[in-house]
Amino acid sequence: MNMTETMSASMREAAPLAASQNAGASVDSSAEQPVFRITNLKRHFDVSPPLLNRLLERKGRQIVKAVDGVDFEIYRGETFSLVGESGCGKSTIAKLVVGLNGTTDGSIEFEGQDIARHSRRDMDAVRHRLQMIFQDPYASLNPRWRVGEIIAEPIQVFGLLEGKAEIKQRVKELLEGVGLNAQDSEKYPHEFSGGQRQRISIARALASNPEFIVCDEPTSALDVSVQAQILNLMKELQQQHDLTYLFISHDLSVVYHISDRVGVMYLGRLVEVGEKHELFRRPQHPYTRMLLDSIPDLEMTGRARTPVGGEVPSPLDPPSGCAFHPRCPHATARCQQEVPLPIHNVERGFVACHAVEEGRLIATD
Amino acid sequence: MTEHNNTSPVLDVHDLHIEFDTRHGALKAIDGISLQIAPGEILGVVGESGAGKSLTGTAITGLLESPGRISGGEIRLEGQRIDNLSQDELRRLRGRRIGAIFQDPLTSLNPLYTVGRQLIETIRTHLPMNRAQARQRAIELLAEVGLPAPETRIDQYPHQFSGGMRQRVVIALALCADPKLVIADEPTTALDVSVQAQIITVLKRLCREHGTAVMLVTHDMGVIAEAADRVAVMYAGRLVEVGPVADVIKHAKHPYTQGLMNSIPTILHDVERLEQIEGSMPRLTAIPEGCAFNPRCPHAFERCRVERPDLIAVDEGAAACWLVEEGATPPPQARATADTLVDHHD
Repeated sequence: MNMTETMSASMREAAPLAASQNAGASVDSSAEQPVFRITNLKRHFDVSPPLLNRLLERKGRQIVKAVDGVDFEIYRGETFSLVGESGCGKSTIAKLVVGLNGTTDGSIEFEGQDIARHSRRDMDAVRHRLQMIFQDPYASLNPRWRVGEIIAEPIQVFGLLEGKAEIKQRVKELLEGVGLNAQDSEKYPHEFSGGQRQRISIARALASNPEFIVCDEPTSALDVSVQAQILNLMKELQQQHDLTYLFISHDLSVVYHISDRVGVMYLGRLVEVGEKHELFRRPQHPYTRMLLDSIPDLEMTGRARTPVGGEVPSPLDPPSGCAFHPRCPHATARCQQEVPLPIHNVERGFVACHAVEEGRLIATD
Repeated sequence: MTEHNNTSPVLDVHDLHIEFDTRHGALKAIDGISLQIAPGEILGVVGESGAGKSLTGTAITGLLESPGRISGGEIRLEGQRIDNLSQDELRRLRGRRIGAIFQDPLTSLNPLYTVGRQLIETIRTHLPMNRAQARQRAIELLAEVGLPAPETRIDQYPHQFSGGMRQRVVIALALCADPKLVIADEPTTALDVSVQAQIITVLKRLCREHGTAVMLVTHDMGVIAEAADRVAVMYAGRLVEVGPVADVIKHAKHPYTQGLMNSIPTILHDVERLEQIEGSMPRLTAIPEGCAFNPRCPHAFERCRVERPDLIAVDEGAAACWLVEEGATPPPQARATADTLVDHHD
């Protein structure tokens, strides 16, 4: 507890050190207040066997620490991405941020208010400003509803417009805004391809005029050519509607393309956060380096893709100290015992690694 | 890559047609595909969902189910026709001479049996071995695919393995009887990137060592770039381009391949917008006249709309595009060069 509190405290005081090479215009004024400030966010899941089994088999409770003390900020108009392998907790964070899951500990400040402590009623006032796009466009649309009804639902639920004609007009605008036709509102989801369904999901997300959209692997189920269309659409809409995105993906090339800042997660913790050019060109954490090395080489430069040893350990029984130490080539005895604290050595970012702190591992250009 | 050209191919598919009978007549799902794979060669088959890549693999393994049927062409394995074999003969062929690796390792393994039992059963079905010999071979195979402590892990159940380790077991199963051909259908799609690289390395090494021909079906160009010797690009049930992997990826001849390559985001340079191919792949019920890609092609001209191009040899590969025949290969859009890759190693 104490440790994580000091973590967030030091994060706020951190003087921006390095690099004025930030290209993203949205990352300019340092006095700017973040839209979201996530502090010491935790979500633990109880996956214990039933009581009787525990008694008979003399086993204790089993807790998965899906998110275990995460701090980050998201600024207005930017795209902040979370990357990491399956099971690192990135999708859990997505759900926590929009309130689909309750938190175990920590705070989620949206424009200064802690929405993790909000009552249902307070949350209703905020909810239409936060929307989400899910990974699987086949599962996230009700197959028995017409597309028009799907998109109109948020408008009706939040009472944003009165009258059938007005709602119909709005649905038409939304459909056209995502590159579909007004006539498509009469069709059912099964009549559309994966890419078109994802456009419908986006139109539904935009229906309540949100300022902030969480995109959980929105293109992972799509082919590359369709992915390009959806990513382009998302960038256009971001500019048109002044949107802020939290983008979740395991695909580093997609993340590089869409993001302004990137956070790398490993077993429920953020190991490195930074502006994308900084993070991709000068990765500090050994895990970030490992991930970057595992990007397939499409340019055929002869760069050997180093197969990384090992896999992500079970989150039921995470390694002690720095969770990455069993796979890390730079691990020492200290890494096995002590959880590394974030070092704020880049602007709006940090790295949590003993090797970096001790100067054993220096980022090179 | 080219040293296999003199040897006879392991797999020879000639003018394959697959149709689905429906109430509205036959749908052409595969429309005249020809390809060969040499011993020890990895042929990557890429294309978008619905292009027919998996269907081609299914037809080769003889697992095509009604209402789908092979309506024309031949499939030869080491010179022998296999598309007209009986179910019984096909069953003996599968596992013995053709191995298969599918996307989801958990559904390829029986959750109720230990991996050892599954391996031993498969080995003994195809090879004349007693239980002890088969077990020994199973342990060797598991060691070969890089499973740590195979002597103990052989007696564990699939749920005790991680995704990457399960896929290694599936590879071991496919290679049990030392098949001549392996059909790997999206073998790394369900895995994390770091594990993907491991699996590709294992697959590549084993095929080299055993001289196995591999048909690697995937939608992931990254996997193709690393694993394949040659690439076949499919679009709407047809082959649009075939060639050595470096040529296809860096100097694609067909406008569709070019579009596909350019739509992939890269970390090598910044772009505001990704190149996108407008529209989407046609449905099987509405394949356009002429070249199937012509409504989406930025270079289409009159001939493309009426006459269907066949594969036309160019350099070491071939492309089904009238521009190629007219000697006017569309200039590939420039992508980043190697120099822009900033090395981030120590």
